[in-house]
Amino acid sequence: MTSRKIALVLGGSSDIGRAAARAFARAGYDVGLAGRDVTALEPDAADLRARYNVEVGLYKFDVLDTASFDGFVSGLPVLPDVIISIVGLLGVQQNAESDLAHATTIMRSNYEGPSLILGLFAEKFLARGTGTIVGVSSVAGDRGRASNYVYGSAKAGFSAFLSGLRARASRGGVHVVTVKPGFVRTKMTEGMKLIGPLTVEAPVVGDAILNAVENKTDVVYVSGKWRLVMLIMKALPEAVFKKLKF
Amino acid sequence: MTLVSGWGRFPVVDSDVLRPRSFAAVDEAVMAGSVARGNGRAYGDAAIGAVRTIGMTGFDRVRSFDAATARVRLEAGVLLSDLIDTFGPRGFLPFVVPGTRFVSVGGAIAADVHGKNHHCEGGFGRYVDSILLRTGQGEVIEASREQNSDAFFATIGGMGLTGIILEATLRLRRAETGWIRERVICASDLDAAMRALDAGDSATYSVAWIDCAARGRDLGRSLIYLGEHARRDELADGAAAFPVGKNPGLGVPFDFPSMTLNRYSIRAFNELYYRMGARRAGGSHVVSLYPYFFPLDAIAEWNRIYGRRGFLQHQCVIPEASARAVLADILDRVARRGDASFLAVLKKLGQGDGILSFPLPGYTLALDFPVKGDILNFLDEIDRLVVGAGGRLYLAKDARQARATFEAGYPALSRFNAIRKSLDPACNIRSKLSQRLFDEV
Repeated sequence: MTSRKIALVLGGSSDIGRAAARAFARAGYDVGLAGRDVTALEPDAADLRARYNVEVGLYKFDVLDTASFDGFVSGLPVLPDVIISIVGLLGVQQNAESDLAHATTIMRSNYEGPSLILGLFAEKFLARGTGTIVGVSSVAGDRGRASNYVYGSAKAGFSAFLSGLRARASRGGVHVVTVKPGFVRTKMTEGMKLIGPLTVEAPVVGDAILNAVENKTDVVYVSGKWRLVMLIMKALPEAVFKKLKF
Repeated sequence: MTLVSGWGRFPVVDSDVLRPRSFAAVDEAVMAGSVARGNGRAYGDAAIGAVRTIGMTGFDRVRSFDAATARVRLEAGVLLSDLIDTFGPRGFLPFVVPGTRFVSVGGAIAADVHGKNHHCEGGFGRYVDSILLRTGQGEVIEASREQNSDAFFATIGGMGLTGIILEATLRLRRAETGWIRERVICASDLDAAMRALDAGDSATYSVAWIDCAARGRDLGRSLIYLGEHARRDELADGAAAFPVGKNPGLGVPFDFPSMTLNRYSIRAFNELYYRMGARRAGGSHVVSLYPYFFPLDAIAEWNRIYGRRGFLQHQCVIPEASARAVLADILDRVARRGDASFLAVLKKLGQGDGILSFPLPGYTLALDFPVKGDILNFLDEIDRLVVGAGGRLYLAKDARQARATFEAGYPALSRFNAIRKSLDPACNIRSKLSQRLFDEV
């Protein structure tokens, strides 16, 4: 074991997860990658070791299996310094409107699972007196839109959870970061029409997460333009908003 | 279908674009008329599938790195910029880099890209130990100088037509620093420029920027940049051994109106560029590798300078014996036309390594032209001079040469085609370029 800091990424095989892991490894952290399929994470572990000469641990983690969370946290060899939750599921809004199981999966993947696991880490971090918690939420949680409110409402819940946790944990030396990436060119958004100037690549999000952790930022809109867009979106009266097509 | 084009934004054509995330998905994606595409920096139609284009930039993992042997194994979608940023600070750089660092490793192999050191160190392919290739037939083979060597030498410079390059093992250069000791030489005409490049044969890096608006006695006047890797003890006190590579910040926000480029603006720019360079001529100084190797990368989307209709780059190589007369003829015709590139690049090349590699011992000249007017006819006229001199055009930059020009310039084509056929009898791997230049339709 080295004396370097450790960043543990939940959702390590996602594009943003890989980018975050690279950003932290480049900055000298040892990295843990957690995901449903540990074998699938091995090429990414090899990538991080070859590039940055850091130690990489792989862990099985399923955000829908909340019963396993206690065991997951207590099974880690060392409590990490930074825990980053990238997990989430965009799903298909139209299907979720009539398929309760699909809607439930979206809600649980974006709100229940991420909140519960980060809550557990928060307890451990508070007991230790240090640690940083990063939750990747979404601008979609800032206001429910006709086109993706199942996903958006779950992200809204997650953002609110992180905001409350931050208020409580900051008194105990633990920092909580909320990241709202906006459009990112990833597997999740492939085939979607993204607005060019509002879209970023995954490595930009990875670097933004690292910067937020090192600078102790509370809420990060990865592209500054989104902060403005969402400010306007949030300010629109409901009577106007419901007539708009988004 | 999606509209796709190369870096020159000409031609713009329809192709089905897919971005597989696993090698198994690559397998499923390949169909008749597919070709791999890296970061889309080939200028013309080389990286656009005849029917389907397979985007490879998602494959950006380093597989392994051995500092003792300076070998790196990586997926083909890793960009050279990423390779430099990751291993540069650890003391390792690619042996060969082209004029932009935003090309993928797979693309660099497929085009056997050359750098400012081709005259003494060869092309990108020379430092490739082995390649993992998914052939058009669906086999995945490891190819090297010893194993499947036909496939290996056909893939280097083979413009992606031997199959999909999945991974490669590269030999890296040990570099004490990320700085280059540069010397600028002023050449008042073409003869002086060629003499200076000849005298620079022993320099690791050499390149000339030609003022192609200059005519008459000034024809071919240029600035020659020679370079060597700087040692740590040559750096200023306190300088970091490795400079920071900034992402292109200042972009070109819109397509320039076609009016912007005219004989007056170009002449004025070239005059200024030449005079600024001339002031630095003489002594040597140390510059960061980024502006030295990648001057245009500082401006994001510089291709938009040439307007919405795009531009054509014409890069030829002329064998040594006839180079002087033919280059003078080409430069004279370009200067008379008046709407040619801001700057032309002249450099010396050595022998290429792949069967279809562009380089041959001689001088290469690269020119940019906006797509307008009778430019296609004019370039055909230049091509006749190139063919007459036993030269050829660079496929990674080509968007318009005639099949006859291509066939005259690449005498090893029949051997290449035989290997291609053995790897892909049904000819599944096909690009817009191969349709235009290779395939009997």
